[in-house]
Amino acid sequence: MLKVDHRDKEKLIDPLFRTGPRFQLAALAFLAVIGWGVYMYLRQLILGLGETGMTRPTYWGVYMVNFIFFIGISHAGTLISAILRVTGAEWRRPITRVAEAVTAFALVVGTLQIIVDMGRPDRLIFVILHGRLQSPILWDVVSVTAYFLGSVTYLYLPLMPDAAILRDYCTDAPAGRLYAPAWQRTLYTVLALGWRGTRAQWERLEKAIAVMAVFIIPVAVSVHTIISWILATTVQPGWHSSIFGPYFVAGAIFSGIGALFIAMTAVRKVLGLEQYIAERQYRNLGLLFVTMNAIWAYFTYAEHLSIAAGQQTEEFPVLASKLWGEFAPGFWAMIGLMVVAFWVLVVPKLLPASAARVPVFRPRYALASASVAAVTGFVLVSSQPAPVSLVLAAAERAALTEPAIRTLGWAFIALLMIGVGLGVSPWLKARPVTASVIAAACVVVGMWLERWNIIVPTMTHPRLIPYAVYQPTLTEVSLTAASLALFGLMFLVFFKLFPAVSIWEVAEGRVIEEAQSKIVIPAPEPSEMKRLRRWGTRH
Amino acid sequence: MRWSMVIDLDKCVACQGCSIACRFENNTPAVKPSEALKGRAVRWNDVFPMPINPTEVTGEYPNVQTRYLTRPCMHCDNPPCIKVCPVQATFKDEEGLVRQNYARCIGCRFCTVACPYGVRYFNWHVPEWSVETLHDFAWQNRTSLPLPATSVPAPEYANPDRIEGEGDLEGPAIRPKGVVEKCTFCVHRLQKARARAEAEGRAFRADEYVPACVQTCTGKARFFGDLDDPRSTVSLLAKSPRAFRLLEDVGTHPKVIYLREW
Ligand code: SF4
Ligand code: SF4
Repeated sequence: MLKVDHRDKEKLIDPLFRTGPRFQLAALAFLAVIGWGVYMYLRQLILGLGETGMTRPTYWGVYMVNFIFFIGISHAGTLISAILRVTGAEWRRPITRVAEAVTAFALVVGTLQIIVDMGRPDRLIFVILHGRLQSPILWDVVSVTAYFLGSVTYLYLPLMPDAAILRDYCTDAPAGRLYAPAWQRTLYTVLALGWRGTRAQWERLEKAIAVMAVFIIPVAVSVHTIISWILATTVQPGWHSSIFGPYFVAGAIFSGIGALFIAMTAVRKVLGLEQYIAERQYRNLGLLFVTMNAIWAYFTYAEHLSIAAGQQTEEFPVLASKLWGEFAPGFWAMIGLMVVAFWVLVVPKLLPASAARVPVFRPRYALASASVAAVTGFVLVSSQPAPVSLVLAAAERAALTEPAIRTLGWAFIALLMIGVGLGVSPWLKARPVTASVIAAACVVVGMWLERWNIIVPTMTHPRLIPYAVYQPTLTEVSLTAASLALFGLMFLVFFKLFPAVSIWEVAEGRVIEEAQSKIVIPAPEPSEMKRLRRWGTRH
Repeated sequence: MRWSMVIDLDKCVACQGCSIACRFENNTPAVKPSEALKGRAVRWNDVFPMPINPTEVTGEYPNVQTRYLTRPCMHCDNPPCIKVCPVQATFKDEEGLVRQNYARCIGCRFCTVACPYGVRYFNWHVPEWSVETLHDFAWQNRTSLPLPATSVPAPEYANPDRIEGEGDLEGPAIRPKGVVEKCTFCVHRLQKARARAEAEGRAFRADEYVPACVQTCTGKARFFGDLDDPRSTVSLLAKSPRAFRLLEDVGTHPKVIYLREW
């Protein structure tokens, strides 16, 4: 029998064997959405891809956007379990399991998107039988497969000792507190793979995890790079860019952290794991999040600047459609969401505690600013009602043209939004977890929009074909909803069967922390101090 | 041999005869008007006004100019479409024709995205003519649907030609939904001309074969032939000072050569 701290047992193991109505309700809801999606997919399969909104020239649409989005999210696991493990960040321990689950499940859902997007899914095997090495799709198949196998291994390896714990603890007595049906006990036994927790086994496991950690980082980088190359190796206006590789990888990790924030908060709330997933995790992950936000903004700016400065006849209409054309709402929503995420993560941290005493930092000022901004925005986008026309006429007499007034209007809204931001900052400061989730939701939606803004404007502005309009149909919307539901369901079932926090990793973390707190660091000699000050720690 | 087409835009009267000839020659599927409005019409050889988009118009009304362009597949010497195909469903044969195998295509639509000329078409639904003709055929022969498309002989008003081999289905053959199709320079005509020459026991000459659009052209604006032969019409016309190719800056090296209007 493997030993488990009684706190861990109570919080992590016991809930696995209690199935409440909440679980069943959630599973039913997910299943309903998935069932509808399956129906819509079968319909599309029988009638043809014409059931989507895709046309010539919009040959790729929402499915492709979803594909890039989900594969992007799958970069969460690599970041947490590989990069943070390699760099020895101890705080990662309670969230590794969630991150690895996000990775594996997002990859499954992402790959499904490609199959849904294919005209002839029955011929999928041809990619292996008749593959053409030069095609980026083939590279993608190779790297996504490698990444999937790697991630599943990575999810499984740290799970092995936990499966052994579960194997040892669950009972076959139907009345027992830890009762598990026979199939579940078999599952744990099989997954535990004869784990007894001997020294040799631990050493082997540590070695395997260390090897995987190093192996999976380049694979993860390759996955999103190659997805970007699917676009960048074509000569389509707006895609033929060398920055796409790193841009996509940065975006992938960025959206991955966002998804992880949401997933770990859900797990924390539902299972009551506040002691495990604590504010420390939110703080540190938040710092990484802000960094990725800045990197993403830098890439986005660089990418669009070069197109704007080049003013090429084919590329520029793509950019113009994003900046002020038909894609402007999506584009500016994306920018707005990212700015909000940045604000929510940064400004409350910079705010001194005494700020709450200053009137602008009160929620009711935020509310007031928001309502004024909403009214102004409504006036700007709606067809002009009579009183506004009068104001406009007055402004015209003051030698202001209508575009100038509109610009002023938007500037006014921007100012008001800063007011809103200031007003809610103390409120956010008091609730770091909520703030992180708000930021994460903004980023996840923003990154979906980012992929939309990359795929669709280029598709609808091709060469030698009239510019087109793309509108997703019910089929595409349903399948997107079903994909999200499938992602949720896999999560739900997985964490019904396995502890949401890696028991042994957390226990190990406790031991390490205890040991570290006993280490006394001797002060260096004075002469040594001088050298250190001048040269740092290098010899 | 390197098959090539020259189109003299000065002689082209934009009658769209080539487009129609192509439809009948290659059995390209018809679509409902509502689908055509969405941009799902299939015209391997399309005739359209230039500039294509109102934003590209230069000059003020009435001092604007519209030209018409007829556009088959360019049969690029360096075709971006074949490089991206993950299953080699589209390929360039030894004579420079870029061909499309319906039996292999997985419908990923990467080639349609990669081709800068927009000459590739996707079968979004079951091609409508084929459903009707399949029904007709099934009724006449008292067989039940669905018939495997490859086993259905085309009805008398469709072109019965096709290129079929092991795992191959090309040209005017009845194609299933969910695959990509495109102009092949009527490769089945080339095959037939070769077979005829062989049956008559003589060597095949390059002038024995032209695509349907070249044969039908009202203004005699289209020329077809072998670019490797320096004395062929296309080689001579390719040297004309009026000669240009579409989108020369994307590096595809098209084998369709246009002659500018005077
Ligand atoms: S024109 Fe398009 S389809 Fe034709 S060979 Fe060139 S890239 Fe391929
Ligand atoms: S749609 Fe067909 S021909 Fe085009 S790249 Fe995909 S498999 Fe190849």
